[in-house]
Amino acid sequence: MRERLALSRPKKGACGLTGSWRVFRPVVDREKCNQCGICEIHCPDAVIDEELNIDLDFCKGCGICANVCPKKAITMVREER
Amino acid sequence: MSTISEIPKEEYITTCTAACAGCSSSLSLRYVLKAAGPDTVLVVPACCTSVIQGMYPNTSFNVPVYNIAFAAAAACASGMSKAFRSAGKKTNVIVYAGDGGTVDIGIQALSGAFERGTDFLYICYDNEAYGNTGMQRSGATPLGAVTTTTPAGKTETKKDLDQIVAAHNPPYMATACSAYPLDLYKKVKKALSIEGPKFIHILAPCPPGWRYNSDKTIEVGKLAVKTGSWVLYEREYGKLTVSGPSRTALKKPHPIEEYIRAQGRFKKATPEIIAELQQSIEKNLARIKKEEEGIC
Ligand SMILES: Cc1ncc(C[n+]2csc(CCOP(=O)(O)OP(=O)(O)O)c2C)c(N)n1
Ligand code: SF4
Ligand code: SF4
Ligand code: SF4
Ligand SMILES: [Mg+2]
Repeated sequence: MRERLALSRPKKGACGLTGSWRVFRPVVDREKCNQCGICEIHCPDAVIDEELNIDLDFCKGCGICANVCPKKAITMVREER
Repeated sequence: MSTISEIPKEEYITTCTAACAGCSSSLSLRYVLKAAGPDTVLVVPACCTSVIQGMYPNTSFNVPVYNIAFAAAAACASGMSKAFRSAGKKTNVIVYAGDGGTVDIGIQALSGAFERGTDFLYICYDNEAYGNTGMQRSGATPLGAVTTTTPAGKTETKKDLDQIVAAHNPPYMATACSAYPLDLYKKVKKALSIEGPKFIHILAPCPPGWRYNSDKTIEVGKLAVKTGSWVLYEREYGKLTVSGPSRTALKKPHPIEEYIRAQGRFKKATPEIIAELQQSIEKNLARIKKEEEGIC
């Protein structure tokens, strides 16, 4: 019965590896970063973890994190591909 | 205001949705779901949010979602809420709908559910156009904004949805903006703690629709608030309180040009249109000030 219902199930990567959309990649300068977490709060796709590692399989390269960082610790670097 | 440490770490949106890079409606939904928690059902009419979930049989949303026809979101939520309450369940029923699906197409179902006193939360995320179908104008598109159906700029003003909702006297209603996610989080929490029909109207800047670079999503939202174009407030049982970020704008708003110049969609706005937008801000701020002081 269950099989016949048109139910979608949660799955990581349900929309593919969105990191492939990226033109610019965020790079964090750990020297400048004060761990305030503002970048993580504002990432629309929640791809920045508590240790401020960015999941590049999914980061879309929007640049919001770099824009909101009060320490200017994130640079958007052009992808080479 | 809520602090960062209060916000739960759990994410209810699995990496990653198909939303455009820098989408503020997805950012808003992230916080709506953090505030609501796992015992939640989303009701979503046709809009960007119904598309960004992913394709059957997979979804990037980790709460149950009922995708429903445009005009029926609030009606569906009404029945769903009744069924949950009859079964003794407190499950949050949240409509997450676009401006087209709220201000234009879903407004009668919304009005009906509010009149019936349904226990649910209706959230309208407002990107001020029909985004998913290619940015046609909606009733929520502001005066002067270029959309694909208003190539010379919209000639009508934005419909005041909040006044229409207020006329239903809901126990709780609020405005929010994706640029202030903690304020949004707090408002969703409060709304869900109150019984009856609740309404939250989120201004959600949209990079392709408003024609700015995706990295400016937070900046553009903050400019909307600083210029008083968008006022953050809550109205609890009829009592209006202006929220923290809008306090300064209430006293001394930045000139509207700061907001307008940050977006390509206003590039055809004439000085007359800009003056009209500025006047409507002043009128609105004066009205809100009076209401907060209890004068009207
Ligand atoms: C009855 C009906 N008319 C038209 C459509 C096509 N349609 C799907 S989404 C959409 C735009 C929705 O705009 P809005 O509610 O503002 O949400 P957004 O896409 O901006 O997130 C339209 C016109 C439809 N699905 N159903
Ligand atoms: S916003 Fe900047 S300073 Fe703050 S945690 Fe992120 S990278 Fe570090
Ligand atoms: S570029 Fe955008 S998607 Fe990538 S980590 Fe920064 S905010 Fe998130
Ligand atoms: S069109 Fe706008 S609201 Fe829709 S997914 Fe893209 S950025 Fe988000
Ligand atoms: Mg819309």
